[in-house]
Amino acid sequence: MDITKLTIHELRDMLRKGEISSEEIVKAYFDRIEETEAKLNSFISLNKEEAIKSAREIDKRLKNGEKLGDLAGIPVAIKDNIVTEGVKTTCGSKILENFVPPYDATVVKKLKDEGAIIVGKTNLDEFAMGSSTENSAYKTTKNPWDLERVPGGSSGGSASAVAAGQVPFALGSETGGSVRQPASFCGVVGLKPTYGLVSRYGLVAFASSLDQIGPFTKDVEDCAIALNSITGYDSKDSTSINREKIDYKEALVNDVKGLKIALPKEYFDDSIDAEVKNKVYEAIKVLEDLGATVEEVSLPHTEYALATYYIIAPSEASSNLARFDGVRYGNRVKDYDSVEDLFVKTRSQGFGEEVKRRIMVGTYALSSGYYDEYYRKAQRVRTLIKQDFEKVFENYDVIISPTTPTTAFKIGEKATDPVSMYLSDILTVSVNMAGICGMSIPCGYANDLPVGLQIIGNAFEEKKVLRVAYTYEQNSNFERKQPKIGE
Amino acid sequence: MPYKTIIGLEIHSELLTDSKIFCDCSTEFGGDVNTHTCPVCLGLPGALPVLNKKVVEYGIKAGLAFNCEISERTKMDRKNYFYPDLVKGYQISQYDMPLCQNGYVEIETEDGVKKIRLRRIHIEEDTGKSIHSEDGGSLLDYNRSGVPLIEIVTEPDMNSPEEAKLFLEKLKSILQYIEVSDCKMEEGSLRCDVNINIVDEETGKRSTITELKNLNSFKAAVKAMEYEEERHKKLLEEGKDTRRETRRWDELKNETIVMRVKEEVSDYRYFPEPDIVEMEIDREWVEEIRKELPELPHVKKERFIEQYDLPEYDAEVLTSSKALADFFEETIRYFDDSKQVSNWIMGDISRRLNMENIGIEDVSFTAKDLADLLKLIDEGKISNKIGKKVLRAMFEEGKDPNTIVKEKGLIQISDEGELKKIVDKVLSENQQSVEDYKNGKDRALGFLVGQVMKATRGKANPQLANKLIRESIQ
Ligand SMILES: [Zn+2]
Repeated sequence: MDITKLTIHELRDMLRKGEISSEEIVKAYFDRIEETEAKLNSFISLNKEEAIKSAREIDKRLKNGEKLGDLAGIPVAIKDNIVTEGVKTTCGSKILENFVPPYDATVVKKLKDEGAIIVGKTNLDEFAMGSSTENSAYKTTKNPWDLERVPGGSSGGSASAVAAGQVPFALGSETGGSVRQPASFCGVVGLKPTYGLVSRYGLVAFASSLDQIGPFTKDVEDCAIALNSITGYDSKDSTSINREKIDYKEALVNDVKGLKIALPKEYFDDSIDAEVKNKVYEAIKVLEDLGATVEEVSLPHTEYALATYYIIAPSEASSNLARFDGVRYGNRVKDYDSVEDLFVKTRSQGFGEEVKRRIMVGTYALSSGYYDEYYRKAQRVRTLIKQDFEKVFENYDVIISPTTPTTAFKIGEKATDPVSMYLSDILTVSVNMAGICGMSIPCGYANDLPVGLQIIGNAFEEKKVLRVAYTYEQNSNFERKQPKIGE
Repeated sequence: MPYKTIIGLEIHSELLTDSKIFCDCSTEFGGDVNTHTCPVCLGLPGALPVLNKKVVEYGIKAGLAFNCEISERTKMDRKNYFYPDLVKGYQISQYDMPLCQNGYVEIETEDGVKKIRLRRIHIEEDTGKSIHSEDGGSLLDYNRSGVPLIEIVTEPDMNSPEEAKLFLEKLKSILQYIEVSDCKMEEGSLRCDVNINIVDEETGKRSTITELKNLNSFKAAVKAMEYEEERHKKLLEEGKDTRRETRRWDELKNETIVMRVKEEVSDYRYFPEPDIVEMEIDREWVEEIRKELPELPHVKKERFIEQYDLPEYDAEVLTSSKALADFFEETIRYFDDSKQVSNWIMGDISRRLNMENIGIEDVSFTAKDLADLLKLIDEGKISNKIGKKVLRAMFEEGKDPNTIVKEKGLIQISDEGELKKIVDKVLSENQQSVEDYKNGKDRALGFLVGQVMKATRGKANPQLANKLIRESIQ
C-alpha cells in the first residue's frame, strides 16, 4: 500500500483503527517529497523536524484514547502567503526572503488545533500575482503530469504537491482563480469559498476585497473535511461573516435529482479549447442522466470581468503592498541616501516585474483624475457582474463550466505576454468579483492532461456545490490516472 | 485697515479609549518603546484591522457636543503615502463619508457671540513616532501607531488669532467636558494645524494660504498666526504674494520657518478600506449617546451664575475646565460660601496652577481639604494670611489643613490674657513707636501690630492685637 496515494478520510480511518501512526504517515510523505521535490519545486520551505514532533504528539493522544478531529495527524502544506508563527513566510518574494512571522494565520491556528501536521510552505507566484507560478522569486513549480508544463497559479505549489502525493491536502488562496485554475491544471479538487466564509487574518493581502483561502484535496469528501476545519467566524477579520457553522460532510449526498444546472453561454464560446469543452459536456451529461435539469443561460457582463478585475485587484494591491518598504521587516538595501531612497531602492530591488507592473497599474487607477474613470467605474461593473449571477441563481442551483480555457500550458509559453497569461483566468475571476463560491474537480483528460470542471454556487451555497461535485465524482466514468512523477 | 484675516483650523485630538482603534493594544501614554504593539498596529503582513466601537461612540459624542449631523452611513478609507512612521504605507482614515458633518462652536468675542462652523469630524488612526538618535540615525516607536484620533476641520470662519485662540480654548474645554480627550498638547494628544491668509477688502485680492504645522501650544499657535498675518500684509502691500507652503513656529527666533513648499497637491489616492465594511449608524444608539452627554460649559456657566450667585467672569473662569468646575462644586458641598470658595480658587489656587502649568486634577489635596481650610479661617482659628501659608503647604505636602495647622502650631492666639502679655512686651521694647502713636502718627499702630504678629510668628489674632495695643497706650 502506498500511503501517499491515500485520501484524508482513508488515512483518518486507518489512524483511528490503529493500523498506522501519524509518524509513519508524516515520514512516508517526507520520503515522497524527497523523491519528487527536485523535479517539482512545490515547496519553498519544509518543516520536517517540527512535523515529526507534532505527529508523535498526536500519536500519543490517539493512544490515550482521545477523540480527535478528522485532520488529527494528517499532513498539510500551506501556501507561502499564509503566515506561520516561527516559520519563514516569503510570499514568493525577495522582499520577504527572511521574514519569520510572530503569529499564525487564523486558518493555520485552526488546522493546528485540529491536529493537522504542517509539513511545509508551498511555492506561488510572487504575492499571488500570476497564473503559472513562474513569477516566484525562488523557483518555478512544475506540473506533475508534464514537467515541461506549468501547474497553474498562483497556488501552483499547493496544487502540484497534492497532485504528486507530496501531501494529502494543502491550502491555497484565490484572488481571481488561483485555487481553481491550478486545481484544474493539476487534476485535483480545489474550492474557492464564499467571500467571508474563511478568515483572511494572516493571509498576506493581494486584493483584500477578492482574496479568499481555499483547500486543495484529492477528492470531494476531503474537500468537505478541509472546509469544515477552516471555516467559521473570526473576530479578527471584519469581513468574516458571523453565521451558523455548517457541517459540509452533510453535503456528501450522491443525488442531483431535480437540481437545476445553468450553463452560461459566454463560458462555452469559441475561445475555449474544443477538447476541454467536450470533457465538460460529457460530465454535464452524467449529471443530466442522474436527473438534473440543464439549461443554457447568459451572464452578459462576462466580457468585462477580466478588465474590471485588472483594475480592482491591482488598485488594492498597490496599497496592500505599500507596507513592504524595508523599514520594519524583510529585505532592505544597504546603501541609500535618504528615507525616500531607501523606499525606492528596497522596493525596486525587492519586487519582481509582475508585482511592479500591477503596483503601477493600481497606483494609476487610484490617482486623482483617473479614479472615477477606472476604479469607480470598475466597482460599478463589479456590481453588474454580481447581479448577473444573482439573476441566474434565482432559478438555478449551480452554474457549470470549464474551469480554464485550456489545459496546462508550457513553461515560458506565456511568461512574456501578460495579457495572454491573464486570459487563463477568464472563467474564474467573475466568481471572485461576485464574492460567491466555486470549485474545480477533475473531469477527464485532454491529450493526457487533466481537465477541470467548474461548479459555481451562490454565496454560502458550498453545500450545493459539494453535493453536485460529489455526485459527479461517484458517477463519473472516465478512467482515473496518476501522474507518472517519481515512478 | 482694509485687510481681513481668514483662519481655518484642523485639529487632531487623541481619544481616551483604553485600546487602540483597530486592535486590543493599550493606548496609555509612556511605556517602553514598542511595547504597546501587536501584528495589527505594526502593520505586519496578513494582519487585519477591526474597528473599535468605542472610537465610533467617542466620535459621535464629539459630533453631538459640537452640534454636528451624525451620518447615517459612514465608512473608512485608505490614505496612501510613504513614511517610516506609517506602518502600512497608508493611514486608515475617512474621506468622503465622515462620521460627523456641519457642526459649530460658539465663541464669545468682544463683539458678542460668534459661530465658528465645523465642516466635519472624522475618526482615524495615529502614526508611530520617529526618534532621531545622536548619530544621525532614526529609531521608530510604534506605541502611538493605531491610537484613535478625531480630526476636526473648521470652515475658515475665524478672523483673528484671538478668535482662533478663543475657539481652541472652547474646543479643548468641550472635549475635556465630554471626556473623549484629555487634550494635552505637550503629550501630543491635541494637535492643531492652521490655514491662514488675508484678503484686501477694497480690491478683493487674497494672499495664498499658508499652512502652519507643528504648533505645540496655543501660545505658539497664536504667535505664529500673528506673525503670518503681518507677513502676508507686508507682502501684499509690496504687491507680492505668499507661496503655497507649510511653515512651523520657531520659538527661539520668534518667527515662522518654511518646512516645505507645496509644488502640487499631494495625491493620497484615497479609496474605500476593503478590510472594514461600510457602517450604518443606528439612530437609537446616537440618541442614547446624546442622553448621556454631560452638561456642557456654556450651560454650566449659566447655572453657576444663577445657582451660586457668581459674577459672570467668575462663572466663566470656573467652568473653563470641567475639573475646575467639579472642584468648585465639590468644595461648596462642605463649605457653602460660594463667593469665598470662588475667590480662593480664582486667586491663590489658580495662580499656583498657572505657575506650575498643571490642572486642578493634578493637585494632591481634595476639595474637602480646601473647604476645611476655609472653615478654619471662617471660624477665626487662623488668619487669612496664615491660610495662604497653609494652602502653600497643602500644595507642597499634600496634607490636610487641620494636620498642617496642628503640626506647625499655627492656631491663632485669640486668648486675651495670653496675647496681653506679648503686647506688653512689644510695647516696652518699642517706646519710640508708642510715643509716635500718641503724637497722632497712625502708622505707628500698624508697626506695633506687625511686631506682635512677628513675635507670635503670625499666629496672633490681628483684630485682637490691634484692640489690645490701643487699650494699653490710652
Ligand atoms: Zn496593536
